[in-house]
Amino acid sequence: MPNLEHPAYPAATLLRLESLVPCRESQVSMLLSIFGERQQFTFPSIFIYGHKSSGKTYVMQTLLNTLQLPHVFVNCVEYFTSRLLLEEILIQLQNCSSETKHASRMLCDTFNDFVRLFKQAVASQDLQDQTLYIVLDRAEQLREMEANILPAFLRLQELTDRNVTVVLLSEIVWELFRPSTGCFEPFTLYFPDYSIGHLQKILSHNHPPEYSADFYAAYINILLGVFYMVCRDLKELQHLAALNFSKYCEPVVRGEANERDTRKLWKNIEPHLKKAMQTVYLREISSSQWERLQCADGEPGQLKGLSAHAHVELPYYSKFLLIAAYLASYNPVRTDKRFFLKHHGKIKKTSFMKKHEKTSNHLLGPKPFPLDRLLAILYSIVDNRVAPTANIFSQITSLVTLQLLSLVGHNDQLDGPRYKCTVSLDFIRAIARTVNFDIIKYLYDFL
Amino acid sequence: MSTCSVSKGCFVFKPSPKKRRVSPKTAEYFKEANNDSEDSGLRFATCQSLWKQIKSETEQVQEELNKQLFDNLVSFLRRSHSEFQEKTTEWTCRMKSREIPTAALVLGVNVTDHDLTFKSLSEVLQNNITPYVALLQAKDCPGIKNLMQKLMGQLMNCCIDVDSSDEEDYVQVSQHRIRCSMTSLISWYENITKKTDSETPSKKRISRHLQSPPVVVIFKDMESFTTKVLQDFIGISSLLPHSVSSLLCIELFQSLSCKEHLSTIIDKLLLTTQFAFKLSEKVLQVLINIFLYHDFSVQNFIKGFQLCIVEHFHSQPLSVLCCQLVEAKKRVNSLSHSQCENIRRLPSFRRYVESQVSEKQIALLTADNFLKEVIQKLLEDLHVYHENYVPVLRCLHVFTSSLPKYPLGKQIRELHCACLENRVWETEEYESSLQLARMLNKSDLVTMLQKCVEIFVSSSGKEFDKVVEKLKEFLAQFQKLEAGACQERGESVSSQKELQKKTDLYHLQKTLLELKESRRSKKLTKFEMLRFEVVDFIDNLVRNYLVPADHKTLHEIMYFNTASALREHLNAAPRIALHTALNNPYCYLKNQALKSDGGSISNKAPDICIVYKLHLECGRLINLVDWLEAFSTVVMAVEGTNEDAAASDQVDDIIHARFIQAVSELELLGFIKPSKQKTDHVARLTWGGC
Repeated sequence: MPNLEHPAYPAATLLRLESLVPCRESQVSMLLSIFGERQQFTFPSIFIYGHKSSGKTYVMQTLLNTLQLPHVFVNCVEYFTSRLLLEEILIQLQNCSSETKHASRMLCDTFNDFVRLFKQAVASQDLQDQTLYIVLDRAEQLREMEANILPAFLRLQELTDRNVTVVLLSEIVWELFRPSTGCFEPFTLYFPDYSIGHLQKILSHNHPPEYSADFYAAYINILLGVFYMVCRDLKELQHLAALNFSKYCEPVVRGEANERDTRKLWKNIEPHLKKAMQTVYLREISSSQWERLQCADGEPGQLKGLSAHAHVELPYYSKFLLIAAYLASYNPVRTDKRFFLKHHGKIKKTSFMKKHEKTSNHLLGPKPFPLDRLLAILYSIVDNRVAPTANIFSQITSLVTLQLLSLVGHNDQLDGPRYKCTVSLDFIRAIARTVNFDIIKYLYDFL
Repeated sequence: MSTCSVSKGCFVFKPSPKKRRVSPKTAEYFKEANNDSEDSGLRFATCQSLWKQIKSETEQVQEELNKQLFDNLVSFLRRSHSEFQEKTTEWTCRMKSREIPTAALVLGVNVTDHDLTFKSLSEVLQNNITPYVALLQAKDCPGIKNLMQKLMGQLMNCCIDVDSSDEEDYVQVSQHRIRCSMTSLISWYENITKKTDSETPSKKRISRHLQSPPVVVIFKDMESFTTKVLQDFIGISSLLPHSVSSLLCIELFQSLSCKEHLSTIIDKLLLTTQFAFKLSEKVLQVLINIFLYHDFSVQNFIKGFQLCIVEHFHSQPLSVLCCQLVEAKKRVNSLSHSQCENIRRLPSFRRYVESQVSEKQIALLTADNFLKEVIQKLLEDLHVYHENYVPVLRCLHVFTSSLPKYPLGKQIRELHCACLENRVWETEEYESSLQLARMLNKSDLVTMLQKCVEIFVSSSGKEFDKVVEKLKEFLAQFQKLEAGACQERGESVSSQKELQKKTDLYHLQKTLLELKESRRSKKLTKFEMLRFEVVDFIDNLVRNYLVPADHKTLHEIMYFNTASALREHLNAAPRIALHTALNNPYCYLKNQALKSDGGSISNKAPDICIVYKLHLECGRLINLVDWLEAFSTVVMAVEGTNEDAAASDQVDDIIHARFIQAVSELELLGFIKPSKQKTDHVARLTWGGC
C-alpha cells in the first residue's frame, strides 16, 4: 500500500487524509505530486473523469479541506447559467478568505467581467502566495453554456495571470468536451470503478458505534453477496446497508443469537434482502415505507407498489382512439384495406409482403400517421356510428397531453397533423381487453 | 377625430366607451323569449336558488370525497418532516443518502377536474402545514431557469402574504433582481424561519404550522415536464450529484376514481327528493354518455346539469311550479289564466282529462279554480311518487347488483335509466334477473333483505311500514328454516353416498337420471317456497312504485326532456355543421329560393356552396381548370340567356374572380390545400360525406 508522502505537508495530516480516502491512495498521491507545494504553480487545468460514485467529488473535497488549500467548489447543475456560475464563484471567493462579509452584490455578465473581478478579489486577499483551486463539479454542463466559457476556464491561469488551477469533474471522457475550434488541453486523470474488495472495505469503514467492526463487515459481506449482481453504485449500496441493518441486528437485540453466530444471522437476513431487491431497490416502495414495514413486521403484499397503480382509466372512445392509433402506427398503410374492408378478398401474407416489410414492425417502432387515417380506422373499429364531434377531437389532444400519443412535427401545424402512438403492446392489449376488442387479429405482425 | 393627412395611412379608432351596448341582465333573457305574463321573474328566481342549492351540495360532495386523500397527504407531509428533524444525528440517517420526500398523486385522466383539486389541495396545505407552497405547471417551465424563477417568485410572494407588515424590504426587491439559485432560496428560508421563530405566535396561521415549515413544491402535470428540467431540479434540490430517481422517496396516493365520483354525485343530485327538478331518461343518458365516452369529467357533468336547469326554466313556462311542494301549492293559487291554458295543453294532463267522467272533463277544461284544486292534488301525487320511487329503486338495486352478469346493470344509474325509460317489468332483462333472483342462496338472500329493511326504515315514505313488517316476517321465517334444514341435508347426503358406490358407468348414468326425475317431481322445499314468495313480493313493489315518470300526470313540470337541445350544446359537431351549411344552405339562410330537392346544384346558392358541392365529387387531387369549368357551367346554366358567353371558350372574368374567391374561402376553412405534387392541382383534406 503506497503511503502518502509529500515534503510540503505534515505527516500527521497526510495520515489522516489517507484514512479518509480508502482505496483512492494512488489517485490522491498523483494529485499531490501535481499540486506541488502551496506556492508553486501547477497545471492550469485538470480534468478528472470516472463513472458515477467513483469518489471524484468526495476525494477532491476531502483533499482540499484536509490540507486547507484555498478553493472554490461549484456544482454546474446547480448554477445553470454562466452568469449564475461566475457570480457564485466570485461570492465564494469573497467568503472564503476575508472575514468581513461584502454585502455588495456583484454583477458579472461576461467572462471579461469575471476576469476583472477575479483579479480584484484575489488581490484584496492574502491569496497571492498560494495556489487557488476552482473545482467545477458536473462539468459536462459547461458545454451547454456559451461557447467561450469552457475554453476560457481551461486557461484561466493565463488569462488572469494569477496562481489558479481549474479542476473539472465529469462522468464523461474528455474527447466529448473538446470544442471544434480547439482549446487548451487539460491534464486528464481517470478514477477507475471500485472493485468488490474496495466496496467491501469502504462500506465496512463506517460501522455504527454500538456494534463492532467485524460484525458490520460480516453484514456487508452478505449484503454485497445479494446486491453486487445488480448494483455497484457505492451510494446506493450504502443506502441499502443503512436501511436493512436494523433487521440484521434483530436476533442479536432479542438475544437469540450472538454477534458471531453468522449462520443464523444469514438465515434471518437473506430472504429479507431478496425482498428488498424487488421493492426498495427499484423504488417500488419508498424507503420510509420500507422502514415502517420493518417495524410493523407485516407482509409487503399489503403495501401496493408504484407499478400496481399503473393501469390507466380512459373514456370509452379514448380507448378506441388509442387502439386505432396503435393500429395505424404498426400496420403498413397498404394493409388497411385488408383489415377494415368487408370484401377484401384473400391476401396471403407471404405474397403480399414487400421485402423490407419482412422485419417485424414492432422491432422498428411506431410510424407516424395522418389524422385522417386515425379517424378512418376509428370509424371502422367502433361498432356503432361515431359522429365526428368536437369531443372526439379534443380527446386526441388529451391523449397527446397524457403522452400516450405524440405529435410529430411542429406544434402549430394545423393542416394535416401527424401522430405516433407511444404505448407498448402489453398496454394496448390490456386496453383492448377492456372493450372486448381482439387487437392481435388486426395487427399485421401477428398475421 | 380627423383623418386629414398628406400621405396614405391607416388610422385606428378605439371605440368610445359610451357606444358599448349595456348587456341585458341575465334575468331579462328569460323575459325576451316569452311574454311576461308567464312569471318569468319568479322562474328566474327559482332557477337561481335551485342552482345555488345544487352547487353547494356538489361542492360538499367534492370536499368529502377529497377529504380522505388530503388527510393522507397531510399526514405524509407531517411525518416526512418530523423524521427529518429528529434523526439528523443518528447513524442510519448519516449513512442513508438524503432522499426528498415525494408524494405521487394519481388523479386519472379527467384533466378538466384537476384544477379544482389542486386549488383545494394547496389551500389545505397552506392552512395545515406550511405557508410555503408553490404550484408549478409544465407550460410555464420550458427550462430549469424558468422553473426556478417561477418557484422563487411564488414562494417569496406567499411569504409576503403571511406577514406583510414587517417585510417591507422584501416587497421592494423586484422579481428579476433576485438571484434565482438554491443558495439564495436557502438563505431566504433561513431568514424567514428565524423571523417566525422570534415572533410571538399570535398569528393563528403560523401557530398552526410546524416549527420550521417545509417548502412544498407541487408539479401539476408531471408527465408534461421535460425530463431534463425535472432531473436538474431534483439534482439541485438535493445538492448531491446522484442518479435522480433514487433521490426521491416516493409514496403514492390515488384519488378516487372518477366513476365513483359520478355515482356519488348522481346519488346526491338525482336520487333524492330534495330537489324538485328532475332529468328525463334521454337527457340523463346524454349526460352519462358524454361522461363515459368522452371526457370522464365530473365537472362537465355538473355543468351539463346546470345547462339542463337553465334550459328547463327558460323554455317551460310551467316550471314556475318546479319547487318544493308547499311552495308549489301556494303558487298554483296565483296562476294566471294563460298559465292554466298552458297546463291544459300538456299532453300528460290531456291524457288525464280523457280518463275522467264527462262532467269533470268539462269542469277541468273551463273552470280555472277547479283546475287549480286538481293540480294541487296531482302535484301531491307526484311528490308521493318521488318519495316512494327512490327507496324502491335502491331496494331493487340491492337485488340486481349482486346477480351474475348484471342483466339490469351494475350501477344504480343504469337501473334508474331503465326504470325511467319504460315499464321496467316488461323488459326481458327484468325477467331474466327475476329468474336469477329465484336461484339465490339463502345467506345472500338474507343479507339483501336486511339491506332492504334498512333502506325502507331510513326512507321518508309513509307507506312503507307494512313493507318493512312483511320483510321482517320473511327474515324471521328464514331463521326458522335453519332448524328444519338438518334433516333435509341428511337425505341428500345419503343419496350422494349411493352415488359414490356406483363405479360402473352404465349404473351411474341410470342413477343420475333417476335422481333428476325425482328432483323434478319432488315438491319444492320450504326454502324454495319462501324464496319464490320473496321474489314475488319484490316484483309487486316494483310494479307498484317504479312506474316511469312520463306516465305520471304533470311530469312535464318537473322533468327536463329536450335531449336534442342538450346534445347540440354539449356535443358540438363542427364538421357536420359546416357540411350542412355548405351542402344545404337553406338550413341556415332560410331563403325559399335555396330550397333544393337534394342532389342538384342550384346556381342561386352562394358561390362557396357551389364550389364545395363540386369538390365533393372529386378525388384527392382536384384539377383547378376542370373545377373552374364546372363552376362556370353551373353558374351560367340556369341563367341560360347569355348564349354567346356559353358558346365561347373564354370564361367570364367576373366568374373567374368569384371562383377564385370561393376556392380561397374553402382553403381558409381547411377543406383543401395547395399541393406540391402538381402545380395546377389542389389537394383535398377531407374525405367522405363529412
